[in-house]
Amino acid sequence: MTNILEESGFDPNRKLRIVGTSPVKPDGRDKVTGRAKFGADLALPGMLVGKVLRSPHPHAIIKFIDTSRAQALPGVMAVVTRDDFPEIPPGTGEGDLTRNVMAREKALYDGHAVAAVAATSESIAKQALKLIRVDYEKLPHVIDAVEAMAPGAPILHEHLRAEGIKGAEDKPTNVVERQEFRMGDVEAGFREADVVIEREFRTCPIHQGYIEPQACVANWTKAGRVELWCCTQAHFGMRDNLASILDIPKEEICITGAEIGGAFGGKTIMYAEPLAIQLSRKAKRPVRIVLNRNEVFRATGPVSGTHSRIKMGVTRSGRFTAAEAEMVYQCGAFTGSMYYNGAQTMFTRYDLKNAKAVAYEVVSNRPKVNAFRAPGVPPVVFGVESVVDELAKAIGMDPLELRLKNAATEGYTTIYGETFGPIGFVETLEAAMKHEHYRAPHSGPNCGRGVAAGFWWNRAGDTSGKLRITADGSVNLLLGTIDIGGSRVSMCMMAAEELGIPLERVSAVIANTDQVSYNRLTAGSRVTFSSGIIVVDCARQAIAELRRRAAAAWNVSEQEVVYEDGTCRLARAGGAAPLSMAELVKRGGPISCSSTLAVTGAGPGFGVHIVDLEVDRETGGVKILRYTVVEDAGKAINRHQVEGQYQSGAAQGVGWALNEEYIYGEDGRLQNPSFLDYRMPVASDLPMIEAVIIEVPNPKHPYGLRGVGEVPVVPTLAAIANAITSAIGVRPYELPMSPPRLLKLIETAGTSKS
Amino acid sequence: MAAKIQVSTTVNGEQRRFQCEPQQTLLDVLRDELALTGTKEGCATGDCGACSVMLDGRLVDACLVLAAEVQGKKVETIEGMAQGEELHPLQRTFLEHNGSQCGICTPGMLMAARALLERNPDPSETEVRYWLAGNLCRCTGYDKIIRSVLAAAKEMRGA
Repeated sequence: MTNILEESGFDPNRKLRIVGTSPVKPDGRDKVTGRAKFGADLALPGMLVGKVLRSPHPHAIIKFIDTSRAQALPGVMAVVTRDDFPEIPPGTGEGDLTRNVMAREKALYDGHAVAAVAATSESIAKQALKLIRVDYEKLPHVIDAVEAMAPGAPILHEHLRAEGIKGAEDKPTNVVERQEFRMGDVEAGFREADVVIEREFRTCPIHQGYIEPQACVANWTKAGRVELWCCTQAHFGMRDNLASILDIPKEEICITGAEIGGAFGGKTIMYAEPLAIQLSRKAKRPVRIVLNRNEVFRATGPVSGTHSRIKMGVTRSGRFTAAEAEMVYQCGAFTGSMYYNGAQTMFTRYDLKNAKAVAYEVVSNRPKVNAFRAPGVPPVVFGVESVVDELAKAIGMDPLELRLKNAATEGYTTIYGETFGPIGFVETLEAAMKHEHYRAPHSGPNCGRGVAAGFWWNRAGDTSGKLRITADGSVNLLLGTIDIGGSRVSMCMMAAEELGIPLERVSAVIANTDQVSYNRLTAGSRVTFSSGIIVVDCARQAIAELRRRAAAAWNVSEQEVVYEDGTCRLARAGGAAPLSMAELVKRGGPISCSSTLAVTGAGPGFGVHIVDLEVDRETGGVKILRYTVVEDAGKAINRHQVEGQYQSGAAQGVGWALNEEYIYGEDGRLQNPSFLDYRMPVASDLPMIEAVIIEVPNPKHPYGLRGVGEVPVVPTLAAIANAITSAIGVRPYELPMSPPRLLKLIETAGTSKS
Repeated sequence: MAAKIQVSTTVNGEQRRFQCEPQQTLLDVLRDELALTGTKEGCATGDCGACSVMLDGRLVDACLVLAAEVQGKKVETIEGMAQGEELHPLQRTFLEHNGSQCGICTPGMLMAARALLERNPDPSETEVRYWLAGNLCRCTGYDKIIRSVLAAAKEMRGA
């Protein structure tokens, strides 16, 4: 059989019945009736309530922990501290992981876990936390990454030595690494430019803002196996990480992914899960830990704040000649910012020959950062697309025209070495330029329009799944990839399309880690692409098996059997009556096909955003008036799901650009760990968001799709900053443009004009 | 530990009795004592609306109501919204317009939207947006939620 990775079978002229429509998703009914089981919804007999004690200090040596009074409280069944976790040397990947879930030598941020209890009720567990005595020796702390790089800054990890910096090998530092990417001759490029603009930008850490806090139930069975239910994007990765930090064979851990109430990258690593497992091991009962919102803000995944310097050159005729960037990512107490993503993708989409990007990752006394859609990219693209906007103004060219003139096309080799296959950046730009929104006048004294473009490479990787045909001829998919963005319905649609059967005959469940082979996590817009290839591969195997059975039944060769719309028939007219899938399952038993592949061939994605807004000069508030997202999906399997990705990307970007930030006090404690003080966009903050789906197929996928989850957030920050500039005549170089910052900016504009 | 309080109430038309601690909220009891986990906890501080339920005909955040307060009252939750197999028009339009993405905010959104349509059967887009401003969603950008509510309103008016 042909390997599906070599031959995707993509046919641009294929007539599709189901792919490309917007049917109701199979998991929808449970979600609208309250029956879907999310992370916190599972209860086991005898289950205990787990609670976590957290450091109130941003940086402190933990001298000792006395849990005796908590342990003596009736109803407390187990207490765990650092002593219940195997020692792993600091400075290793696993050493960082174990220190992040439970502080060892030091507490490194406000909210760092220092102990956990399991009790028979929530109130007893809370009372027990108050009885634990922790002796801290407070240390000076540092919150800002640039300050953390300065000589004399408090050092978080004595063992840390900066990688990639000459002469830094023997001194403790807060710099994790410096990475440099370059192509061509940047200096020569800038000499060819007629206009060179160099600016500095700052963004603040924000939270992924999923509405469902992390939750898990751990059960250490009598047989010594670990059963874990939790809302995670990475059940296989978590299993492997738990095995290494808890010193348990990974075969002894089974993780079942619960329905997941939003993730966006923030549920890719473990937090309370190892604590729940150790509590269950000690208490010999199942333990549930559900984080509260305060803990979610203080101890789970914000996104890096960044500080970047960006320089670009352009000729009068509108050709970019060179681009250069230097940027600092703050990653919180441990590495994880994915700063290298930013350096590699920030300029990628333009046909640049000369470019250089240098990125530093720096630790400080904040929670360890975690991924968020297109991790590391939007905050630095904010700078790049702001400079592009300034260059367009400087040479008097339409900003989308300038982008189009410099758009990368098939055959372009990027700064990270990939040569693009068929891509749709030009088509996306042209569609944006032709869109009625871009051509419509925008007026009003304080109104403005902004545009920006973005890129994400999209991911693939190890994927495994199964397809089964049951006795009644219906089809069940066992998927190894967690569904965080509506991928299940797309999988069912692809299976139904391949098999030529109604969508209602296909169901899908998410496999636990015992049921299929290893799957890379759900991230990077890889799942609909990668798991889709697995489903198509399985469906094609199933068709081959159905034809074999029909051929055997009719005593003919397989070539004489035609499979069509769920039945096998003889190619020639007359003869035996067709055999349905159900009948063929009766002849020879159930059919089960599986596919496990190291999937490659993800197609790069490009998007262009257009936003109109109005600035209130008295309050500093910004009203989004109109928003259009134009993006290449390759092929939208389910149009509703793709539109939803575009719309949420824009909405999250609006929050990032206008309001969301982590605010720390002088004491190094987070001051806004609640949805009241951390202001995410609400329904009344936004207009309808128009989603324009461009389809330039990716021939490496049987249906031509590209991932669509990351790109939608990439251009947003710059599009909004450019629109604010257009509205008030002065440019924001710092986000979020919250009312106080915007008022100050307006004041500066007034002063500079007078 | 304070003595438990005996509470008798009606949940989705059914007579229910439970015991609770004085500090326990209606949300705690719905989820942990009555096994009605359709009502979600997103913040427990009244900021996200994921636990929206009806209490004697008023839309409330279950996390801001003490369980002991519901003695003798009528509580309605997402589990009572469909009539058997028959979905409420809002539940149907949320499916058809994909107003539910990950689904965690959906029960609260539906309860809040139903309360709106009971008061105002013909809301404008702006009215829907302001009414639902207490219900956070991070997945949809609200677009498809608003369309779902407007579609249900239209259908329920028979328009």
